[in-house]
Amino acid sequence: MQFMLNQTPITLEEYAPDTTLLEFLRTEVVQRGTKEGCASGDCGACTVVIAEPDGDQLRYRSINSCITYLGAVDGCQVITVEGLSSESGRLHPAQQVMVDHHASQCGFCTPGFVMSLFAMMHQASKPSSQEQIYQALGGNLCRCTGYRPIIDAAKALLASENSSELVDAFSEKETRHLKSLKAWQAAKEESSFTLKGKNSAFFASPRSMHELLTLLNEHPEARLVAGSTDLALETTQQLRTLPKLVFTGHVAEMRQIKDHSDTLEIGAAVTYSEAESTLAKAFPALTGLLHRLGSLQVRNQGTLGGNIANASPIGDMPPVLLALDARLRIRNIQGVTEIPINQFFTGYRQTILTTGNVIESIILPKLSENSFLRIYKLSKRLDDDISAVCLALHLTLEGTRILDARLGLGGMAAIPSRAYQAEAALMGKEFIPEELHEAQMALSEEFSPLSDVRASAQYRMKSLQNLLLRAALECQSNQSLEVMQYANFD
Amino acid sequence: MRILTDSGIHSSEVDSSKGSNSAVGKPLPHESARQHVMGAARYVDDIPEPKGTLYAAVIGSRIAKGRLRSIDFSQVLKAPEVVELLTLQDVPGHTDIGPVFPGDPVLTDDLIRYAGQPIALIAATSEKAARQAALLAEIEYEEDTPNLDAEVALKQQHLLRPSHRMQIGDCKAALSSAPIKLSASMQVGGQEHLYLEGQVSMAIPGEEGEMMIFTSSQHPTEVQKLVAEVLNIPFNKVTVDMRRMGGGFGGKETQAAPWACLAALMAAKTGLPVKLRLPRKEDMVMTGKRHPFVNRYHIGCDQEGQIIAADIEVIGNGGHSPDLTDAIVDRAMFHADNAYCLPHADIRGHRVATDTVSHTAFRGFGGPQGMLIIERAMDDIARRLGCDPLDIRKRNLYRKGRDLTPYHQQVDYQPLQQLIDELEQTSEYRARRQAITAWNLQSRVLKRGLALTPVKFGISFTLQHLNQAGALIHIYTDGSIQLNHGGTEMGQGLHTKVSQVVASTLGVDLECVRVTATRTDKVPNTSPTAASSGSDLNGKAAENAALTLKQRLTEFLAEQKSVDVSAIRFIDNHVWWSEADSISFTELVQQAYLARISLSATGYYRTPKIWYDREKAQGRPFFYFATGAAVSEVLVDSLTGEYRLLRTDILHDVGRSLNPAIDIGQIEGGFIQGMGWLTTEELIWNSAGQLLSNSPATYKIPAISDTPPIFNVKLFDQANTEETVYHSKAVGEPPLMLAISVWSALRDAISSLSHYRISPDLDTPATPERVLMAIEKLKAEQRLTK
Repeated sequence: MQFMLNQTPITLEEYAPDTTLLEFLRTEVVQRGTKEGCASGDCGACTVVIAEPDGDQLRYRSINSCITYLGAVDGCQVITVEGLSSESGRLHPAQQVMVDHHASQCGFCTPGFVMSLFAMMHQASKPSSQEQIYQALGGNLCRCTGYRPIIDAAKALLASENSSELVDAFSEKETRHLKSLKAWQAAKEESSFTLKGKNSAFFASPRSMHELLTLLNEHPEARLVAGSTDLALETTQQLRTLPKLVFTGHVAEMRQIKDHSDTLEIGAAVTYSEAESTLAKAFPALTGLLHRLGSLQVRNQGTLGGNIANASPIGDMPPVLLALDARLRIRNIQGVTEIPINQFFTGYRQTILTTGNVIESIILPKLSENSFLRIYKLSKRLDDDISAVCLALHLTLEGTRILDARLGLGGMAAIPSRAYQAEAALMGKEFIPEELHEAQMALSEEFSPLSDVRASAQYRMKSLQNLLLRAALECQSNQSLEVMQYANFD
Repeated sequence: MRILTDSGIHSSEVDSSKGSNSAVGKPLPHESARQHVMGAARYVDDIPEPKGTLYAAVIGSRIAKGRLRSIDFSQVLKAPEVVELLTLQDVPGHTDIGPVFPGDPVLTDDLIRYAGQPIALIAATSEKAARQAALLAEIEYEEDTPNLDAEVALKQQHLLRPSHRMQIGDCKAALSSAPIKLSASMQVGGQEHLYLEGQVSMAIPGEEGEMMIFTSSQHPTEVQKLVAEVLNIPFNKVTVDMRRMGGGFGGKETQAAPWACLAALMAAKTGLPVKLRLPRKEDMVMTGKRHPFVNRYHIGCDQEGQIIAADIEVIGNGGHSPDLTDAIVDRAMFHADNAYCLPHADIRGHRVATDTVSHTAFRGFGGPQGMLIIERAMDDIARRLGCDPLDIRKRNLYRKGRDLTPYHQQVDYQPLQQLIDELEQTSEYRARRQAITAWNLQSRVLKRGLALTPVKFGISFTLQHLNQAGALIHIYTDGSIQLNHGGTEMGQGLHTKVSQVVASTLGVDLECVRVTATRTDKVPNTSPTAASSGSDLNGKAAENAALTLKQRLTEFLAEQKSVDVSAIRFIDNHVWWSEADSISFTELVQQAYLARISLSATGYYRTPKIWYDREKAQGRPFFYFATGAAVSEVLVDSLTGEYRLLRTDILHDVGRSLNPAIDIGQIEGGFIQGMGWLTTEELIWNSAGQLLSNSPATYKIPAISDTPPIFNVKLFDQANTEETVYHSKAVGEPPLMLAISVWSALRDAISSLSHYRISPDLDTPATPERVLMAIEKLKAEQRLTK
């Protein structure tokens, strides 16, 4: 594999394929500006920026280097905090604003914030609101400052950029890098193998579905890597050795977004960030959830396919997909089958997917005119938290009468679940607070959630029942009752 | 309701005009700011390891309570890259590293007292190999049922230290005759430090058994002592170097030492450098937290809500060993009055033992937990009497004739009274109160809450001998100054402030002063950087060292120029002997050197006036009080318990600020950290004693959206009346407790559902779940009364 580390090309052939990018930076090249805070993608101290060719320009995205496998940055430029200041020692604007606003105290999270600011600066569409600054920095934890000076630094950076005098070394050299990265990628076409390790270990990056399936056939024990935001925890938290990794990030068929007339088809290896605008346009009620799904770093890596395939009972998207009656296109060497998502999950972290089968894409039926969609996520913290309860409520209404109901739930059972009994209880009723009792009772009959670190069973049930009421009140008043809307004052 | 249209976050105000000639008082950037943003600031794990360095991993107990039945390390030793194993039998010296009282074995070979307790240490040639090998230990246990409940521990008298009592007046009699009586009890949650840089130490063996330790510790001297003791060597063979921490917050006061000791033991055994860095999960499992408390009060007051008598009991859950629990529960007791006079008071504090990791120092050191119970009482009294809680608070503030604390220290009450009045005005408390009450009447689901809470925090270590500090200053012949003092830099800006003091004292630019790593071979026998005392103690010690040098240079120049010493002034990198004549500081230094004047000096400081008779529980434990107040407004969803903090206004007293930018940073950061403690940061252990909230995925500290969109922070600019360094005040801990305003505002919003008749129970952390459950309970109570 080849990649650029800041301005330096790096070529690797033999290397343990389950090495994380952070590990490589800190122990192999001994560039220790990038910090390890948690090694689980929850704090952002290890944030680096990946630049990769996207048409005629480089596309920049922030990622957590602690949960990124080295092989995934093949053909990319990896930008770290060491690469930002100029050779003469002049600070990069993303660094200077942090100094100017007293935005570092202990300094340990600072390189991560600087890199998130750098990525924000290089985003195609610049943030224009405080909410978007929060989005850019929501995956970086700071334990010292209380964030106010960091928010001020981010605002100053955007303001100074509008006055446009700031061009950094990366912008200047972009054309040159684009050319060499493209040349590398073209050379890649010949081999699927990015890295080879000891004992026939490998990291493979197939370019086509055919190549992917062939690899899986030859190596049934290999693990599929999409965004690795969950898989990499097996490496960093459970310390497992994962000798054979097959990366979906370059499989063309899995990387497409298709807008059909009445459905959307999202490739399984499309990241959340890439899918966001399409999804938000088709399902405006989903926007809030998309912004709270992991952090920006996680969304820049994590994929819809990965979120489904790992079958976590608290994954954010499965409840939504259940409520929307999504279908999965599952591909193996024989061909493709399409199955409704409610048949996909079979048990705690288990699915119908067997070896040699992959999710190729997810098909989402678009909303009808009389659809009413609400998606609620309850968690202790607004940013980058995992649901205690998630409710996706999809009703087809005639006036206020419920013609059809789909309730997708997260956090209420061992698998993401439909609330069939509650749906039946809603059918034909008016969607008003007075007529919800039966559906609320049905929820408590159908589900016995667990008490765990995120919430008690009692809270899960009570709040879920109340969310149904909140949806009805919102439907009635035609305005949102979510506290989040008051969080920002743009 | 007035919609808060004010856009964005207000930049906190900083007055940069003050003291134009002197570094002190200026909002200068953190001394390492540039290094921070470049990723060039080195933390222990960033120091390039010497060749041959081994990496260590801890083998910890899987169970919380019981005994080891059998241990089999054979697979561990066979694992790739493994070099050495260390068990209790390998410890040449002390095996107990309890910081104040015994109780903390460096490794155990028998009794297990908490989940994760270290049993052995493995070293390998890479970090990954060491950690993977550690998983291969085969250990069998005899498992007992752990007790995690503080109240059960108290009932069974499982105490870490004897209970303590503070009394004033005749509480029992006054309470029984009081016209209005209230009582309540509450659970106060603990808090994980979650410093972004985890625990880490590197030990490098030297000649003749010497040991060099690089560590991330707030207390290098204690690390030196404990390392020497476990190795059974004199203290003078151990040197501890501590340049900076990636956050400490109390979590590296005593609990950085075990990892340094283990690394040193392994280094001594192998003769090779050893680095031990805890992975995040192990850090969270193996190190202590802020103490969870159970607090109770019985209060009697008059019809106006003025407290007559208060019987308060605080129960601190110290975990398995004493660590600092004695002093922490004492501080909780010292702050059970907060800013309010309790004319007749009986305050009892218990230090109970439970089967968890040993809880430890955390910003506020018990003070926040103690304060919470009296702030709860203020709200409860207000609801009982149908008053605004602010009126009850103001009525009970220390004032003339009511100025004696339960431990008989007189309070200088004026600053806080003024401060609260000013904040009440600037935050428009009264108008917003009216608007919120009206808004809540017409809003069915969403409810707003508002609260103003004060903080009065005692400054000084309550363990008297810790109130001392030393500094060492060298002036080199190019005029540059190297400064070293006993305090440690954990992000709080201590080195910046102390450099400012030295630069101002010698009349030179800040750039001339370089602070070096805190080292036990430069300034010995230091106190931990804790109790908010860093600048007060080390600033004074450094000032004294600088004054000594200044005196020498003054006398030298006065003699040279035949003028009186009173004519000599140090200003703007020059030294003046008349209105018109000066010599550059550097030139003077060079001349002094040639004239054989010593250009190196130590400085020392001890806090005056303080004393405390613990037997009688009377005295003046605190040199002075730091004060402040906050107004917070929240919005609560009564269907889910979700909430947002909409606005916070803070006015805080730092005396004459040494550095307003740094002080405001401490205030804002402390407030948000306190808010996390009281809202989203929930520690959860299962019944087997395992910590379930053991990673930042399950333990949620505030993130960027939790910062209130309107956040007005101002300094209350009034000189400390005590002779502190430049009349400043300590700032590290006090602002954390300003966050009690958020918790109180949440209770206010919940109470609105009863039209402010019921004062809801709301244990902390007030997660959305607890808020919803409080609402449900309140609704049920209302149904009963109807």
